[in-house]
Amino acid sequence: MLHLPILQVVIPLMAAPLCLLLKRPQLVWLFALFVSTVAFIISLLLLQQVSTTGVISYELGGWQAPWGIEYRIDQLNALLLIIISATSTVVLIAAQTSIEKEIPKNKHTLFYILYLLSLTGMLGIVSTGDAFNVFVFLEISSLSAYSLIALGKKRQALWASFQYLIMGTIGATFILIGIGLMYQMTGTLNMEDLSQRLPQVAQTKTVFTAFTFIIVGICLKLALFPLHLWLPNAYAYAPSIVTAFFAATATKVAIYLLIRFTFTVFGLSFSFTTLPLQGLFLVLGLMGIIVASSAAIYQKNIKHLFAYSSIAQVGFIIIGLSTNSVMGLTATLLHLFNHAIMKGAIFLALGAVVYQIGNSQLVNFSGLGRKMPLTMAAIVIGGLSLIGVPLTAGFISKWYLLTALIENNWWPVAILILLGSLLTVIYVWRIVEVIYFKEPLAENTSVTEAPILFLISIWTLIIANFYFGIDTRFSVQLTQSAAQSLFGLSP
Amino acid sequence: MSISLETMLQLTIILPLISILGIILAKKSPNIREGVSVITSLILIYVVINLYQALLAGNNIDVFWWEIMPNLSVNFSIEPLGVIFALIASCLWLITTLYAIGYMREHKEKNQTRFYACFALAISTVMGIAFADNLFTLFIFYEVLTLSTYPLVTHSGTKEAKQGGRVYLGILLSTSIVFFLLAIAGTWFITGTLDFKQGGIFSADVDKSVVGMLLVLFVFGIGKAGIMPFHRWLPAAMVAPTPVSALLHAVAVVKAGVFTVLKVCVLIFGLDLLNVIPTTQFLLYVAGASVLLASIVAMRQDNLKARLAYSTISQLGYITIGALLATSSGVIGSSMHIATHAFGKITLFFCAGAILVAAHKSKISEMRGIGHQMPLTMMAFFIASLSIIGVPPAGGTWSKWFLLMGTIDSEQWILMVILMLSSLLNIAYLLPIPFHAFFSKDNSLPAEKVVENEGYLVNSQIKEAPLPALIAISLTTLGCLLLFIYPQPLFDLATSVLTNRN
Repeated sequence: MLHLPILQVVIPLMAAPLCLLLKRPQLVWLFALFVSTVAFIISLLLLQQVSTTGVISYELGGWQAPWGIEYRIDQLNALLLIIISATSTVVLIAAQTSIEKEIPKNKHTLFYILYLLSLTGMLGIVSTGDAFNVFVFLEISSLSAYSLIALGKKRQALWASFQYLIMGTIGATFILIGIGLMYQMTGTLNMEDLSQRLPQVAQTKTVFTAFTFIIVGICLKLALFPLHLWLPNAYAYAPSIVTAFFAATATKVAIYLLIRFTFTVFGLSFSFTTLPLQGLFLVLGLMGIIVASSAAIYQKNIKHLFAYSSIAQVGFIIIGLSTNSVMGLTATLLHLFNHAIMKGAIFLALGAVVYQIGNSQLVNFSGLGRKMPLTMAAIVIGGLSLIGVPLTAGFISKWYLLTALIENNWWPVAILILLGSLLTVIYVWRIVEVIYFKEPLAENTSVTEAPILFLISIWTLIIANFYFGIDTRFSVQLTQSAAQSLFGLSP
Repeated sequence: MSISLETMLQLTIILPLISILGIILAKKSPNIREGVSVITSLILIYVVINLYQALLAGNNIDVFWWEIMPNLSVNFSIEPLGVIFALIASCLWLITTLYAIGYMREHKEKNQTRFYACFALAISTVMGIAFADNLFTLFIFYEVLTLSTYPLVTHSGTKEAKQGGRVYLGILLSTSIVFFLLAIAGTWFITGTLDFKQGGIFSADVDKSVVGMLLVLFVFGIGKAGIMPFHRWLPAAMVAPTPVSALLHAVAVVKAGVFTVLKVCVLIFGLDLLNVIPTTQFLLYVAGASVLLASIVAMRQDNLKARLAYSTISQLGYITIGALLATSSGVIGSSMHIATHAFGKITLFFCAGAILVAAHKSKISEMRGIGHQMPLTMMAFFIASLSIIGVPPAGGTWSKWFLLMGTIDSEQWILMVILMLSSLLNIAYLLPIPFHAFFSKDNSLPAEKVVENEGYLVNSQIKEAPLPALIAISLTTLGCLLLFIYPQPLFDLATSVLTNRN
């Protein structure tokens, strides 16, 4: 129990090269699934530990905190760890079936290695309490992400991966520069320590610069409008499994970093009062919702469509942050969680379609409502959750966001985000009409329902969508107390 | 009875859900499938009547399901208005199922299993709306009702159906998401509760302009109440098979809308507050305009179902007016109008469907002389028209009377004139149809076939709708008459809307 925080990261890290020894893809798949499940169990244990005994601080190698690397798990970290490891596990269930058709056989082992490394990176970013360590894990997850995307079947995957590589590297470099500047001013890399020391030098240009570099770098990673350009192609051309995994987790990790740096490291008063981050987030979030949702309406490839939708959802998440209130932050965290389960489900369902049909163009969805009823129902339910229909998870986060905005007396913003969800209705319903009202294309007449492993993983997430829309005790309590502790209130 | 009242209340919602399972399992044999629907609706009526008696006996029934978010839970209880709504919906579900059996088979519609399953789901949500104990619960079922009726509206799967479904869903979802949800969240933020409470939940010293804005959001946000300019979904929904139009768009969906408006006015705002809110007067005029304009548009429709749809919009305006008048006779009139209009309008829709099935006619101009072919149907049409217009011997008389009294009590002379004017328009667009059906020649017949003596000899071979449909029509027509002769129970329920549960 004592070593859980490090095991969370080290197990997938060690497992990755072990995959090479197993050789047979089926075995590697089972092994990866096993490792991911173990990671999920560890994250649950960590959550349980956090909620009973409070923040866990783990000293790596026994070196004391400001000097050695500290792994620090509080409720926010625990929440993120669960999101990442849970979606990773569910997605992996369908992985072997999906990559059979999308990735050449000789690269299957490579795929799992990269997948586990990417998982390691994300878990690492979230577990560590050390700013430089964040950068290290960020690079691990990013580099493996670039390669995973490049595994995509189409040639465009290479270009998409390259675009992401350039943008991602710029982002990572910015973050590194920011961390360097902070180190120069304070002489420490430990986040807790930084948060103690930064206020003394807060009014210096160096700290301002450091802050700006870090925020811009992170915003690139989380695809905040207008830094989102890398995302649609990366999501659309990556192998379906990769898209499902990243859509549910990658931007979430970046948002975690944003929250961690603005709330913990720099502190609220610095981020929101000294610097105009609040207004900036609000405006960019709103523009992101409107622009990306409108763009989504016109997409012909459904993967592109939902990629734009993800950018729009980042807008909702950021607006929650900009309210600068416990309620708003709760909405943000809730939406991190809920969005992961809905987008995971949707992209897995798209993966099933790609498995059966070969691509995800909207025309190919014609009449699939009869051919693949369960998969299509999953897309519709995921879409409803995205819209925020009651009894789905999406409604809960929307409700919290709405009350947070009203609490701040931001009625016009509230109306704008509701109009934003109307745009969601439009692009979801475009798909619904194609699925149920058109006749299947001639070449798709013999299409059948997705394989069972796909259905299991898709419907696990769909049921989660309903469950967390109906019984919110777990998600609301966890996010609320995480939000309260970020605001320095004891829950 | 061994079943507790609490269980009964939950059964109203759960029974239709269980029947869905039966309907799907029995999809291979239509007789069993429809049997499931009929039996379920019979049990449902029995349960609702039991609840009604419990209400009369003064029992309070509270059911708590679960808490979705802190302080926001799914709760049910009984109160008079909900019982009225549930009684109407369950009775008419049975009758509509009978009607649908005749209609759908005669029409050889496809996907009948999906049809009956969605129907049952819609009824389940209607029960949820009727017995919801707070606005939050009501909203959940309100949204599910929209979604569950979408497959019914687009049942035929044609291009027009898709288009109609788009408008239907588009307007209902956007009003409920943008206005209704915002209003609910605003109310929750100001009061900290969403429970329905006699006299309202706002404190007396609340900022009137904010509450006024909320009221506007509510009235427009409850798109199912069909207040102009958010009424387009109702004519659009007429692409649905007639049983759907009949039950859902004369009774369940639209009545869910005005029911919600009434509940919000009486139990969220409270009549006292409603009287001092600055926007009430404005909304009254909007509803009045809706009544008048919809009547005028109805006159210009040649498609019978479209005309009935606009007529519904106009009648829904009556109920909204009654709620906003904030007088006791207004509320009583509105509550009664929910029932009387339901019976009248469903009969009219049944007749329209019967004509379509038996004579394959949907245009009013083609229906001259049809009374000789379908005398029973057109008699029913005539009586139901009287009920909509509000003259004896039909139930609509009473509700319109109270609504008129409401306008006089509150000295809303303009509205009084509007209501009377609209009644005249009702006569103008409804009565010519049975009149021409009985007393005009069928122009479409070739001249040589028209024998002397008005030509009714040629058309005199009677070809009515299928028997189940005919039974359904007779039952609802009887309902219209019964509500005139014996309105006391309904009136008692309507009066207790304002006194129940302090």
